[in-house]
Amino acid sequence: MNIVVASGKGGTGKTMVSVNLAWTIAQSQKITLIDCDAEEPNVHLFYPGDENVGPVTMDVPEVDSEKCTLCGACGEFCRYGAISVLTDTVMFQPHLCHSCGGCMLACPVDAITEVPRRIGMITKSEPSPTLTVISGILDEGEIAAPAVIKAAKEEGEWEGVSVLDGPPGSACPVIETMEGADVCILVTESTPSGLADLKRAARLAEALGVHTGVVINRSDGEDAPTLEFCAEEGIPVLLTIPFDREIAAIQNRGGILCSEKEEWKEAFMQLYEDALSIAGGTA
Amino acid sequence: MKTIAVMSGKGGTGKTMVAAGFSVFSDEDLLLADCDVDAANLSLLLETTDTQCRPYMGLECAVIDENKCVGCGMCEVYCRFNAISQGDDGIYHVNPLKCEGCAVCSIVCPEGAVEIIERQSGEVCHSESPHGRLFHAELFPGSGTSGRLVFEVKKDALDDDSSTHTPAFLIDGPPGIGCPVISAISGVDAVVLVTEPGISALHDLRRLVTICRQFGVQMFLVLNKADLDEERAEDVRKYCAEEDIEIIGTIPFDPAVIEAARRGESVAGMETPAAVSLKEAWKKLARAMEIKQ
Repeated sequence: MNIVVASGKGGTGKTMVSVNLAWTIAQSQKITLIDCDAEEPNVHLFYPGDENVGPVTMDVPEVDSEKCTLCGACGEFCRYGAISVLTDTVMFQPHLCHSCGGCMLACPVDAITEVPRRIGMITKSEPSPTLTVISGILDEGEIAAPAVIKAAKEEGEWEGVSVLDGPPGSACPVIETMEGADVCILVTESTPSGLADLKRAARLAEALGVHTGVVINRSDGEDAPTLEFCAEEGIPVLLTIPFDREIAAIQNRGGILCSEKEEWKEAFMQLYEDALSIAGGTA
Repeated sequence: MKTIAVMSGKGGTGKTMVAAGFSVFSDEDLLLADCDVDAANLSLLLETTDTQCRPYMGLECAVIDENKCVGCGMCEVYCRFNAISQGDDGIYHVNPLKCEGCAVCSIVCPEGAVEIIERQSGEVCHSESPHGRLFHAELFPGSGTSGRLVFEVKKDALDDDSSTHTPAFLIDGPPGIGCPVISAISGVDAVVLVTEPGISALHDLRRLVTICRQFGVQMFLVLNKADLDEERAEDVRKYCAEEDIEIIGTIPFDPAVIEAARRGESVAGMETPAAVSLKEAWKKLARAMEIKQ
């Protein structure tokens, strides 16, 4: 059971919802929390003490200059402009490579092999006997966040319940995170920007065939346009969290709302049950 | 013309609010680009009109001719993106959401059944705003390649006639540190980092600063919602002092910002604490970067 928390717009409170949802579920059963916001992973800040469990690598081509005849077939094949044959050498730009393996197949003299190239790492911690936290962390200067997200998901794969804290936006990293989700919780705020990005994320989830529910965060009670959109689209609003300086302060210093404020534990337990019923499963 | 990108690492710290504010406070019209292409909101705050769009062709996509496919499955074996699977009919199909258009399937298919076709992944647009022409984009749901789209938005902006007579090119950047950020940051003269007090924002800021150092760009910082957590705000100030990054603006948490955002307006038009701080930040930036005012 994979519960993805996504948003469209950044900073609406994905990590807050993920961390609290996982904490609450972990009070009664085993759960894995996976940070899929590989560009800006923040879950480990709430559960310090995570350890590096291994690098994430991408296979990239390495050209054997002894065998290479500079024929140019690899460069002609590559759709991404990552490999190009110059007059006396082959130039490779790792940032443009998608690791498709095509250059290796295109080479008529088998001069290309693949070597792993580090782009990030996976960290892990077990803050309680029922909670496992896994983070995918993209190295600074690298661009291939989806590959790190994929690796984090694989590291956390098990038959039980996982909460996946997603990246903002609606492009490749979000697609990679939502892939295979049983349900997606979309966290929004009631501004035109929040709503515009909620629509984008909802359309993406629909394209991927993932059922959704909405959490309105930092609400000041004026949520009419968001509620209207959700009603039109048939997306249930699962939880509304008011704007509250105290909640913001708890989050800003790395605290967990549900462990500090008993009343929120109940609300997040209800959120979990509602998410399960959207996914069509049972606890 | 100076190119300035407004970036943050963490999302939701106020990049778009700052970018919109700067454009309002500039005496001269600016050339504007919203490079947060998969969550583009600058046009919502700038009362844009006369939007014109052109198709954005993203990654190509494989299509299998079902009359030629013999069901051998070589394409599936070689596809690194899990984009190809066998249907109940025995022939193979491409999932366009996963296909990255690499064309490996086309060279391993013994029947020549695979064709690589162009596909539209979104639109690159420009609109008129009271503070300069805005270039922006819309990515179709399920389309990737946002880094490339950022590149196209910037290219269209820089190719535009207005780039010859505007004193600055202001980019509202994407969150994160990945592909669209690298694409947005390349070639800029300075980055305005927007952060807020909090452990997540500071953590993400550090990662972005590392990227900016790799690119060798000058950095300025705007500390937004500063009074929400004085202790964490002090951490940001200390960090900036260590890194020698000038703080050009400290914006208090201001309900007028939320109110303005809800109405789809820039806060800059109002006489509020946030607007006053933003104006001061822009003046400092313009002076430091010698942007004509």
